[in-house]
Amino acid sequence: MKIGRVAGTVVSTICVPVFENRKLLFVDLLDLDGKETGTDVIAVDVVGAGAGEMVLVLDEGNGARQVLEAPDGPVRAVVVGVIDELELLP
Amino acid sequence: MMELGRVTGTVVATTIYEGLEGVRLLIVQPLDRKLQPRGRPVVAADGVAMAAPDDLVAVVASREASLALPPPFGPVDHAIVGIVDAVEDWTR
Repeated sequence: MKIGRVAGTVVSTICVPVFENRKLLFVDLLDLDGKETGTDVIAVDVVGAGAGEMVLVLDEGNGARQVLEAPDGPVRAVVVGVIDELELLP
Repeated sequence: MMELGRVTGTVVATTIYEGLEGVRLLIVQPLDRKLQPRGRPVVAADGVAMAAPDDLVAVVASREASLALPPPFGPVDHAIVGIVDAVEDWTR
């Protein structure tokens, strides 16, 4: 899983069935210092993450399909958590 | 990776591997959320069968792309999974 920050949203009416009635977010991927890596991905939101929140992104197809209960869905990235705090061991 | 892109062209291939018959192939330039190009263009299968040149689209890469096509597991590595109506950048 990856750490990211919610940076925007995408609206798509004509889409594959797995995205229908789902919220699609732009997530800026972060490194462990909280700095942006400059890469943003589109991820399906299943936790109700808000703008600017630090989130946990699952970027793996099998897990994503399991979360969305869509065995044949062409989906790979899902926001699966809102991060309250990150603690790095020295 | 799932990312934003813009359709910049089409590809016509007559001699193709089984599973690719009838699949529309489009050239897509990946973009970031500020609509700036990122990386090199890719050839993507059109999973919604309605994407047209100049459309903003959502693209899924890797093995998941093949699931966007009707008989699953065709030999593709990028597929269009949505036509994008609007993009909001909350960091501006």
